[in-house]
Amino acid sequence: MKRYRVIGKSVLKKESWDKVSGRVKYIDDHQEVGTLHVKLLTSTYAHAYIGNVDTTEAWKVPGVRAIVTGKDYPLLIGTTIKDRPLLAFDKVRYYGEPIAMVIADTEVIAIQAVTLICVEYKPLRVVNSPVEAYQKDAPLVHDQIEQYLIDQDADTTGTSGGIRPVPGTNIANRQGIRKGNIERGFARSDVIVEEVFSFKQSDHTAIETRCADVEIKKTGEVIIHSASQEPFEMRELISQTFNIDEGKVHVHIPLVGGSFGAKTSVQLEPLAYVASKAVGGRKVRLRNSREEDIVTSPVHIGLHAKVKMGCTRDGKLQAIKLFFLFDGGAYAERAVPVTKAAAFDCTGPYTIDHVWCDSLCMYTNHPYATDFRGFGRTEVAFGVERTIDIMANKLGMCPLEFRLKNAIQPGDTSPTKVLLNKSNLGDIRECLLQLRELIDWDRGQRIDISDRIVRTKGISCTWKNGDPPPGVGAGAILTFNSDGGININCAAIEIGQGTKTVLTQMVAEKMKMDVDDVFIQMEVNTQLSPEHWETAASRTTFLSGNAVLRAVEDAIRQLKRTAAIILKVPVDELEVANKKVYKKTSPSISIDFSEIVYGYIFPDGKVAGTQVVGRGTYMIPGITEMDPVTGRGIQGPEWGVVAQAVEVEFDKRDNTFKLIRAVSVADAGTILNYKGAETQVMGAMNMGLSFATREGFLYDDQGKVLTTQFRSYKVMHYGEQPEYIVRFIENPVKGAPFGSRGLGEHGIMGMPAAVANSLSLAANVSLQQLPLTPEFIWKTRLKAGEVY
Amino acid sequence: MLHFNFDYYRPSSIDEAVELFDKLDQDGKKPIYLSGGTEITTLGRLNQVFTKAVIDVKGIPECNVLDYKQDSVVVVGAALTLTQVWESKILPLLGEACVRIGDRTSRNQITLGGNLASEIIYREAVLPLLLSNSTFVVAGIEGIRQLSVHKIFKEKLRLKRGEFLVQIKVDGKYRKMPFYIEKKRKSERVDYPLITLEALKVDRSIRLAISGLCAFPFRSYEMEKELNNTDISIEERIDRAILRIPAPVISDIRGSREYRIFVLRNTLLDALIYLGGVRA
Amino acid sequence: MIEKLTLDINGEQWVATVRMADTLLDVLREKLDLTGAKRGCENGDCGSCTVLADGLPVKSCMMLAVDAIGKKLTTIEGLQDTPMQHAFVEKWAFQCGYCTSGFIMNAHALVNQHPDATDEIMEEWLSSNICRCTSYQEIREAVKSVLKEQRFDRKRPRNRR
Repeated sequence: MKRYRVIGKSVLKKESWDKVSGRVKYIDDHQEVGTLHVKLLTSTYAHAYIGNVDTTEAWKVPGVRAIVTGKDYPLLIGTTIKDRPLLAFDKVRYYGEPIAMVIADTEVIAIQAVTLICVEYKPLRVVNSPVEAYQKDAPLVHDQIEQYLIDQDADTTGTSGGIRPVPGTNIANRQGIRKGNIERGFARSDVIVEEVFSFKQSDHTAIETRCADVEIKKTGEVIIHSASQEPFEMRELISQTFNIDEGKVHVHIPLVGGSFGAKTSVQLEPLAYVASKAVGGRKVRLRNSREEDIVTSPVHIGLHAKVKMGCTRDGKLQAIKLFFLFDGGAYAERAVPVTKAAAFDCTGPYTIDHVWCDSLCMYTNHPYATDFRGFGRTEVAFGVERTIDIMANKLGMCPLEFRLKNAIQPGDTSPTKVLLNKSNLGDIRECLLQLRELIDWDRGQRIDISDRIVRTKGISCTWKNGDPPPGVGAGAILTFNSDGGININCAAIEIGQGTKTVLTQMVAEKMKMDVDDVFIQMEVNTQLSPEHWETAASRTTFLSGNAVLRAVEDAIRQLKRTAAIILKVPVDELEVANKKVYKKTSPSISIDFSEIVYGYIFPDGKVAGTQVVGRGTYMIPGITEMDPVTGRGIQGPEWGVVAQAVEVEFDKRDNTFKLIRAVSVADAGTILNYKGAETQVMGAMNMGLSFATREGFLYDDQGKVLTTQFRSYKVMHYGEQPEYIVRFIENPVKGAPFGSRGLGEHGIMGMPAAVANSLSLAANVSLQQLPLTPEFIWKTRLKAGEVY
Repeated sequence: MLHFNFDYYRPSSIDEAVELFDKLDQDGKKPIYLSGGTEITTLGRLNQVFTKAVIDVKGIPECNVLDYKQDSVVVVGAALTLTQVWESKILPLLGEACVRIGDRTSRNQITLGGNLASEIIYREAVLPLLLSNSTFVVAGIEGIRQLSVHKIFKEKLRLKRGEFLVQIKVDGKYRKMPFYIEKKRKSERVDYPLITLEALKVDRSIRLAISGLCAFPFRSYEMEKELNNTDISIEERIDRAILRIPAPVISDIRGSREYRIFVLRNTLLDALIYLGGVRA
Repeated sequence: MIEKLTLDINGEQWVATVRMADTLLDVLREKLDLTGAKRGCENGDCGSCTVLADGLPVKSCMMLAVDAIGKKLTTIEGLQDTPMQHAFVEKWAFQCGYCTSGFIMNAHALVNQHPDATDEIMEEWLSSNICRCTSYQEIREAVKSVLKEQRFDRKRPRNRR
């Protein structure tokens, strides 16, 4: 294991003190006098025709500058299928859908005016679940899918391309996996298990709600400030949608207050643009209330999954057949890429020769979905990992042994038929073996504490590749200060994951200098930074890191070149460290960075070198088209793996439980910042447990979402969490900065399955729905005749 | 952010307060009394409360009393926060109900009077007051009234227009009586209740008050009668008591009707065991 | 309906012209540029707006500004270099930082009022705030480290160098 000087160390986040002293200015903290405020009028129906939208009374409120309705601006947008109205104009398709907006002097006035707008609705039959959406006689959420444009443009392949909605149905897309021969697989199986799993949509609920400011200058330049994860995609979308030169659209992203995928959706910005236009280009701010952030803006996808698994008598998996009906909500947007990605990694990290999957993204009259941490794996793992436990149980095998026996290895292929090797695949076996120790597995999976209380352990294994479309990349520019310190300019967004600090560690490591001498700008400005794919998919350190390292190499080349001339030493005899360039064999022959970074001119006027500016760019090679029917293709650079366990203490009388311990062992390649990685995984684990045990929308029978506040949409609170234990196995990845794998999502993926496995054992019934509330456990046990 | 505006008044006496209310009411200002302020801010932003004038009663001395005279009456002012009531330990029967409401920081602001007069259905602070047959001191333009909780609290606080709650009074003997309280929630510790059950043992019999089970908090003599019937088994007592629930059991996002009854059953059992020294 | 009021914030007198219906949070952020307290829900549920009033944590989104007159208010901007802030940094008790001001205000008041806080008291107080990034374990360790350090400081004999 390679030992590094700075890489791997728990370097404190650069912005730490600003965060603990209230000095960080997130987007809502910036206030420019004269900014107008936009408030949305949103639908109170999940499916209805819109009749008259009467704004007469609203206009009478003093301070109202403009009111825009869907009918004023009938425009369809979307990053995959262009099916979504900017503001609903003939029909509303989900509870909370924006119908109109008021732009006023203050937020108070805007709200007052919004409450005075009257809308005529003619309610329609509601499609209230993905299963309902799939029925032959289901009402259609979209009558004319075939008329929609599909954005096959930059994302002609990868998860956003190859999109085929099925006319006459509610199917926005179908992604298949066909590997091997599924009939043969089941024919070879001695034991077959088939089960159904489901959970409703839920929400990211980052503490900062979404917010966007837009101003249109007289030059036609559009200045956008937003809490977003994808400035460049946003720029492209705004430019294409509204026919503006991309060079005239500038996106600024400050530090972001959490996202977990929520802020990859571009929704408020186009609205704010139209609002600004309506008031002559004046700066406007559109900010979500908590309720709007939960319902109006995109959510975490729901799922109804059928899992069929076949296995030989001695526990070797032969076949898996998966049928997913995802609740993508009213508009395709990014639900489609999520459902495709779910298919690509659908088996989990196991060797299964025969794989059949159909992953359908269904339209429903629910809020529309977007990226959520895990991007399809968390969702699928719940069903697959529960089934593995059910299968192991049926065979009388230990669930951990079963997983070890079937763990995917180098030499196997993924569901997408990518050949796996030691570099592109983490070591799941090793993770499981270490997990076994950490959770005291051999001391017993089920321990009776008393007549009423039992402690149980449940485990899961998951894996994830990133799913960037082909052709994504990043760039970085390094500039120097007169003392030889370095500034990094790159467009990775800081959402709390600590990416910015890790990049400074990378520069410090490669330059062999102090990390305190490396600086990085927290805010991102598309006009200043090289293009960068969205900060997502746990790919940011991969992309930016490689770009930054190349920029360092470029800078070193320039420094050495200049130094070579001054020191009269050949370039290949020079080395850099501690802000100096020196002769390897005679280090006293050296020159400080401070003397050459801004160029060097001899007394006779000869220029030895000009200002040093390091440039680096990177594009992920090897990503291909993914076949929509078979799923064959290369979807990303590498698979990170994680084995997880949850121990609970269950009360058999009340059906309540306490979370005792949760463990993750992850192969994340080289760990770049230890505490950063550990706390990120812990946070993700906490989110996974919160999702599995508490979260989930409730709709009434007309599709109205009932859980729109933290009072009704419950998330984990302090004191409810278990003890968290995280270990890393570091098998380096070729082609990744210092051999690191992505890590931002891995902590969440197996948590719902692990806790469900644990509780199923404790409650002595198979739990196949989320959230795992005491009431749900009680109901399931009642149905199964399990009595205390 | 409240999108409507109002005038704010902070009277320093009961007389000032009720006169203000009368005048503002006649001027069409739809006045309301304010103490903690947590409901006007949170319900107001959702258009569930509207006013053009608020009268803050926190400055009125009688509303801030916290007093116990030996072997006499406990007096608690309506403007005291739930945290103050709990930390004073002046009446654990009441304090334990208060400390289970909301979360700690919110309890630094929510007042006893605010919770009793709440628009939200739980009003958990009334449970101990129902059990102890307390007296409510209420002030209005017609003067000050002192009446039994059972006369003025029926599902909610039945104040006349212009009246506000000043204090509650509880006989000092309730300070030391054994009681049982349990708040059951859906899964989160910080949540509205599935049910909050408080039971009090007076001499040999049990009194019972419950919030969250029905659409209002209640004390039920019929249920108490069944629970105190020592001729039958404890399980039978509970079965019969459940048949006597005074109103439909609610089904909501926190739990179904059937589940609430299941939870009630177990909680009643725990209460009876704890208070009655009865074996399961 | 609109009045000029004076608030005692972080030991200084601040004057603002406010609507009577403005909450303390509204006034801190919009009139006084004290943006450390955040608008996470404006419903008293998430705690990211927590400030101290006479040393007690309150949710400023649920308090009328006018109700804050006469109270000694402390916001995150008034905490300089406190043990709790150091602890949050050293124990990695935040990631995106949005809930952090609220948590620190609450935790800071907690250790001052309960220097011997048990796990139970910590849970009671800190369950008033929501964090979506951390696992809460880091926050727990930060608060415990401050309590431990305070205990050590109290126990240290006075005349030792």
